[in-house]
Amino acid sequence: MTVHDHAHHRNYVKIWAILLALLVVSVIGPMTGIRVVMLITAFGVALVKAYMVAKNFMHLDIEKPIVHWTLGVALVLMVLMFAGVAPDVMKHEGRFWKKTAVAADTSQGHGRTGAGHGDAHH
Amino acid sequence: MLRPLATTRSAMGIPTGRLAVWWVLVSEIVIFGGILVSYIMHRLGHASWAEQAAHTNVWIGAFNTFVLLTSSLSAVLAHQAAEQGNGPKAARLLMATIGGGAVFLLVKSFEWTSEITSGFTLQSGGFWSYYYTAAGVHAFHVIAGMVVMGFVAASAMKNQDLHRVENVGIYWHFVDIVWIFLFPLLYIAK
Repeated sequence: MTVHDHAHHRNYVKIWAILLALLVVSVIGPMTGIRVVMLITAFGVALVKAYMVAKNFMHLDIEKPIVHWTLGVALVLMVLMFAGVAPDVMKHEGRFWKKTAVAADTSQGHGRTGAGHGDAHH
Repeated sequence: MLRPLATTRSAMGIPTGRLAVWWVLVSEIVIFGGILVSYIMHRLGHASWAEQAAHTNVWIGAFNTFVLLTSSLSAVLAHQAAEQGNGPKAARLLMATIGGGAVFLLVKSFEWTSEITSGFTLQSGGFWSYYYTAAGVHAFHVIAGMVVMGFVAASAMKNQDLHRVENVGIYWHFVDIVWIFLFPLLYIAK
């Protein structure tokens, strides 16, 4: 059986139906109001759906290893970007630094989270 | 007849046309990855963004997810038809995929009109800036995919360059995957 034969024998309609079922789960799950359930059904299911599309529709499982490695490098760079920048965005103070603008906002009663930067004006 | 290099050459065992599409997708991961990752870190750092996210309509987002997943099905069935040498069938399925993209954009335009008239604009705050930027860049990719797919469908109808059906399909599935992540980030996480 060749690579293309393998691809031809997939039941794409069945895979699509599973994706739709997962979509229903991702919509209904968060309605429970339970944070853990929301995280699993929304983001966990999104990961599963993305994996299924990549594997079955993009045929990434039968693609050459060079493609896996190249895509993998891009994903690693994405994680590195998060790791490198997140402390500056998500934290307001560290061992030797403090965001003075945030501190000023907090002292004026605007609150710690979302103070000034990035919040809605409504 | 002079043939494009992508049709006649392969590198590392992969036809150069398909390899080029994968390279495009790697750069797209950097583009969308940058947007999504910076959104996630800002969202985690600003709890008040959840109040703004509560104004997005889950059902519209879910319907558009359904539309894109269905358009991915027609795209992969077009690839299957192309592998079987049935160009006209592949072309018809590609046109159905373009139709899915059109429905997606139509729903998005109604959604944006409703949100903008409700006062939620690009300048309404951090959440809305990311919302319009991420969804806008994604919509631009949907439009680009539809245009390219139109050209590929036209040649497939004449049974020409059928390998391009797979190439444009890979791109379309990637656009689908991006939306699969945008949906919970922008619509579900309140």
